[in-house]
Amino acid sequence: MTIKVTMPQMGESIFEGTITKWLKKVGDRVVRDEPLFEISTDKVDSEIPSPASGVLSQILVPEGKTVQINTVLAIINGAGAEEKDESMFHSGDVAAQEIPEEEPPAKPEPVPEAEEPPPPREAPKPSEVATGIQAQDIRTSPLVRRLAREHNIDLSRIQGTGLEGRITKEDVLNYLERIEAPPRAEERVAPTPPSAPAPPQPEPVTFAGESEVVPMTPMRKAIAEHMVASKRTSAHVHTIFEIDMTPIVNLRQKHKSDFERREGVPLTYSPFFAKALVDNVREFPVFNASVSGDEIVYKKPVNLGIAVALDTGLIVPVIKNAHLKSLTGLAVAMYDLAERARSKRLKPDDVQNGTISMTNPGSFGALFGTPIISQPQVAILGVGGIEKRPVVINDAIAIRSMVYLSLAFDHRVIDGAVADQFMARLKERLQSWTSWID
Amino acid sequence: MWCGAVSYSDALELQMRICNLKKLGFQDDVLLLLEHPPTITLGRNAHADNLLVSEERLKTLGVALWNVDRGGDITFHGPGQLVGYPLLSLGPGERDVHGYMRNLEESLIRLLAGYGIEGARNSGFTGVWTGRGKIAAMGVHLSRWITRHGFALNVSTDLSYYNLIVPCGIVGKGVTSVERLIGRAPELSEVAERYIFEFGSVFGRIMVQKSRRELSAELLNFERAQEQVAISTPH
Repeated sequence: MTIKVTMPQMGESIFEGTITKWLKKVGDRVVRDEPLFEISTDKVDSEIPSPASGVLSQILVPEGKTVQINTVLAIINGAGAEEKDESMFHSGDVAAQEIPEEEPPAKPEPVPEAEEPPPPREAPKPSEVATGIQAQDIRTSPLVRRLAREHNIDLSRIQGTGLEGRITKEDVLNYLERIEAPPRAEERVAPTPPSAPAPPQPEPVTFAGESEVVPMTPMRKAIAEHMVASKRTSAHVHTIFEIDMTPIVNLRQKHKSDFERREGVPLTYSPFFAKALVDNVREFPVFNASVSGDEIVYKKPVNLGIAVALDTGLIVPVIKNAHLKSLTGLAVAMYDLAERARSKRLKPDDVQNGTISMTNPGSFGALFGTPIISQPQVAILGVGGIEKRPVVINDAIAIRSMVYLSLAFDHRVIDGAVADQFMARLKERLQSWTSWID
Repeated sequence: MWCGAVSYSDALELQMRICNLKKLGFQDDVLLLLEHPPTITLGRNAHADNLLVSEERLKTLGVALWNVDRGGDITFHGPGQLVGYPLLSLGPGERDVHGYMRNLEESLIRLLAGYGIEGARNSGFTGVWTGRGKIAAMGVHLSRWITRHGFALNVSTDLSYYNLIVPCGIVGKGVTSVERLIGRAPELSEVAERYIFEFGSVFGRIMVQKSRRELSAELLNFERAQEQVAISTPH
């Protein structure tokens, strides 16, 4: 019921702060997250929000005084019957953590965090403290609980050595060392999957004799997790269009040797698809967006991901600001990224922050594919193989170079009609590409 | 965004508007670069005695006076000085006050290097220093890790104005400017251009030039969208 307001730590090497202004007086009602006081550190004046709602009952440190971090500055008399923990300063957010009075039987909720989460504004609800502990018996702090969640530890197994049997961070770390927890998945090279608390692991099945058990490589594991998570997250729908590529085939034929000589990279069909896709996305901004809870986040730059098949798996390097690049620019960028992907010279920045992607199932002979969206994007374009086919034009049969394009889109934010309009426009762009537009 | 000459109050208003929208979810970080008419500002750590003349005298001289919610003591802004207000939402790896100030200093040091000036930090005294005095002052405000205010770099500032104050409350160390050090006064718009590049490098952000009108339009759109949401969301 009483919440302590403490001096926050505003940086790794900052160990004190000066109160410059109390924004509320003793006796005032305060609301959680409302600015409560201002502090000064190193010529920076920071407004600090209240960790909880209630009445400011005491101010212990006056304006102008400099104190160490974690010093108690004030007391708030909180509303509500739940027992409240000490306010903990945690990477920039002051939050009061509630110890839930009753914990339902262990059922960790896999809550996939979106890649750009909005700053957390509520204390996590009891169901999110998901390590199956009887909370009223165990005293912990939010940091410790988070540590436990990340390492999948059952806190009831740890003996607390802190005040009143509290489990401290050291207790958790020592426990980890003792049980030699297996190393967590190595750095994800594929588009970073959303991190979720691991669902309950089924007992590993072992065969003997007729099969061989091979552990997954980190890349394979990452791809597996990402694919499944993506399917769980987006409402995948696919729509397939047939495009007459004859104009582009002819165009490429005419210009490719000059292009190669000038730019030093071959001219494939991919840059044409990329340019048309990027231009199309600018006309239909929802395709360059992300879903964040109940909100659609429209992104301005188009960062185009290009799926590259490697012998060890798959990776999607990103062309940043593809909307600012010409056909030539895209061709050069794609070639460079594919080269570096194959020779394992990609940097982490090369695979991050994509807003929409393109893949090429046709390169291995497929008519078309049904690709999986790369989270947190909302669409991916699959390009099939370009083949000469007999088609009917003006009631006569002609031989044209045709391709199937399949668009996977997230029905949470893109409806079928919109997707088809998008594709119809994309088809129009590609089929009318009769002269060299860079 | 280079705004040209802007009055201090207008700039304050623009900063508040952008930062309030940022709190509501407006995505973009904005770097405002501008020039103020003669203005003296007092930050949260300011001591009134650091203003060496009376308020009436300031009025006669045409110098405005403001109390502001930034860190730091007293300082001067005026024509010929490049003022920068980075309005950033500091991300997870960036939420460190020291880190932010050091980065801001770094971006200015790199800018000065481009003019052949060796700028340096002076431990214990935030800001950018040269052998001949302080060349850039800094004072910032943070609210939910969104930054406001920023820095002031003397390019061709009339340094005699500093006689009216004890700059940043630090006695005994002088102030200088780019013009004093290299003998010529580059155009502020040019300095701003160069700074944009250095800022983008140090803070790892892609810089996109916007005109004031484009920014206004975006802010307005966002505000309208917020209203729609507010109207359609039952409380």
